Amino acid sequence: MAGIPHDHYEPKTSGERWLHKRLPIVGLLYDTIMIPTPKNLNWMWIWGIVLTFCLALQIVTGIVLAMHYTPHVDLAFASVEHIMRDVNGGYMLRYLHANGASLFFFAVYLHIFRGLYYGSYKAPREVTWIIGMLIYLAMMATAFMGYVLPWGQMSFWGATVITGLFGAIPGVGEPIQAWLLGGPAVDNATLNRFFSLHYLLPFVIAALVAVHIWAFHTTGNNNPTGVEVRRGSKEEAERDTLPFWPYFVIKDLFALAVILAVFFAVVGFMPNFLGHPDNYIEANPLSTPAHIVPEWYFLPFYAILRAFTADVWVVIAANWLSFGIIDAKFFGVLAMFGAIAIMALAPWLDTSSVRSGRYRPMFKWWFALLCIDFVVLMWCGAMPAEEPYATISLIASAYWFAYFLIILPLLGVIEKPTAQPATIEEDFNAHYGPKAHPAE
Amino acid sequence: MFRKIALTAASVLVLAAPVWAETAGEQHIEDVDFAHEGPFGRFDQFQLQRGLQVYTEVCSGCHGLKFVPIRSLSDAGGPGIPEDQVRAYAKQFTVTDKETGEDREGLPTDNFPANTGAGAPDLSLMAKARAGFHGPYGTGINQLVRGMGGPEYIVSILTGYTGEEKEEFGSFFYENKAFPGGWIAMAPPLSDDQVTYADGHPATVHHMAEDVSSFLMWAAEPKLMARKDAGFVSVIFLAILSTLLFLTNKRIWAAAKGKKHA
Repeated sequence: MAGIPHDHYEPKTSGERWLHKRLPIVGLLYDTIMIPTPKNLNWMWIWGIVLTFCLALQIVTGIVLAMHYTPHVDLAFASVEHIMRDVNGGYMLRYLHANGASLFFFAVYLHIFRGLYYGSYKAPREVTWIIGMLIYLAMMATAFMGYVLPWGQMSFWGATVITGLFGAIPGVGEPIQAWLLGGPAVDNATLNRFFSLHYLLPFVIAALVAVHIWAFHTTGNNNPTGVEVRRGSKEEAERDTLPFWPYFVIKDLFALAVILAVFFAVVGFMPNFLGHPDNYIEANPLSTPAHIVPEWYFLPFYAILRAFTADVWVVIAANWLSFGIIDAKFFGVLAMFGAIAIMALAPWLDTSSVRSGRYRPMFKWWFALLCIDFVVLMWCGAMPAEEPYATISLIASAYWFAYFLIILPLLGVIEKPTAQPATIEEDFNAHYGPKAHPAE
Repeated sequence: MFRKIALTAASVLVLAAPVWAETAGEQHIEDVDFAHEGPFGRFDQFQLQRGLQVYTEVCSGCHGLKFVPIRSLSDAGGPGIPEDQVRAYAKQFTVTDKETGEDREGLPTDNFPANTGAGAPDLSLMAKARAGFHGPYGTGINQLVRGMGGPEYIVSILTGYTGEEKEEFGSFFYENKAFPGGWIAMAPPLSDDQVTYADGHPATVHHMAEDVSSFLMWAAEPKLMARKDAGFVSVIFLAILSTLLFLTNKRIWAAAKGKKHA
């Protein structure tokens, strides 16, 4: 698909022409910054900038933290205390980095759920969506390994539990787990490789982000109506869009500043609110904490992991059908990764021809339920594995799968969508009135 | 519609975030109104000094403070003990010199010694390694109002003894209302007038417990006041920046938007 027609960079001076012939980098930047953007984007379209900021924040604070951190089982915990007490501004760097991860995930969840509501995953934006899911996976891997580095009790036991998931794979599980850990248990080799990978993955994410942006700059942004920008001519396109600079840059920066005000209040006044107290106890392989709980952003999937116990009928059925190869533990692992995988398949599971949830009266309610479901799963993930949380987790997990595997395919067939506006301009004018002309 | 859902989900996400499980048994944690709590809270320097005295005379018998450099006693935002006094204070500790391998008197540049003799946990980070408040429903949301409750937990342990004790497999356990499970291995460490405060502050068990908890909060988070100051400056700055960006945004978009329908 051709991009939205718009003005391109024209080198004017001889110097600019010289460079442009050899490396059209100014043109690339111009086209990126001036990309025509649907003018009706609402405030849910600001999370991309927030996420970009988070990535930059994490990389910058992380690089400085790495200068003072020691990845060794005997020294890691003390080196973090050294950062907190002796390094200039070290306490701020570390709290920014730790809470930055939370802001990152908070933003990514809103970004993903925005995409789910407005159908941003649908054709022709499937590739953008898939790459986004890869970014999300890489983020989870990075955050998980980063949480191990302070070498507190939750670091150690979280690493033990999560790498244990790979051990649940039938047959090859244990060799894989040993390979990941660099030994039979979480130890110095594990800490070293996690540090190395924790430093590497953010740059992989940065590259994926570039491709993510490239992909949606090729298709153009989705927008709250889900109606495509008219591309017949430049004049037509200009009635639906405004250039990214300055309109959306300033709008996004405003939103970012407001979010950062809240973020810095958290960092300044309650930086440990989102953390777990047990991680201020140095890792001790001989003492298991009473409750091993992951960080809040993993809780929904942790709940799904734990929901499928051996007494659930689907687990029993899977066990019987696979001649005992799939046990409850492996089923849980499959469910957890499956819960993310089906999100990635949303473009093909959603059969509705209407993109935006705004014009889908039934979808709206199922989607609202999905949001609640996500919060319920998060809560269950933090609770001990006992009743009533086990049953609630199971029901909530079932809904998560049902939404993607049953409701999305079915709704497209049975739902009667409401009328969509013919153009983005029409939607925009309905909100703000037609553009005032000086002559009027 | 979506905005409403998003906002609700967002606020619930934020609020429900730090969720941890309720510990078994009924724990009673007293909510102490510490001077350092709240966005504008500052350590009470004299309370920190009294707490240091309690730590030195009582707690240090069994507990270490191995991550805390002795020199930080004179740092800004802490007990504020003059450097010459810190030097004198450090001398009471015997330290094995890292280079010579020989024992010598402590210096301000040393950390407080570790103490693992009695099997007691190190107290450097104790005030951050425990949360006093977990509710409601294990969501930890009440920490937004009351704070994490680490120092409160310590106060409650120190004052929570019922006087009951029992022997199991040759070890003694003491009933404590604040300890998970109800029985703690630490004998009641404080009794009234155990220390004599130079400033004439009454040395009841409760006062000593509060003072030492405040001191341990400082030991765990020596940059607490600098951090709150930085947070305050950041929020003010970002509020001004937000206002300016809001006005800029409004002005830029004004030309693109027509008059709103009445």
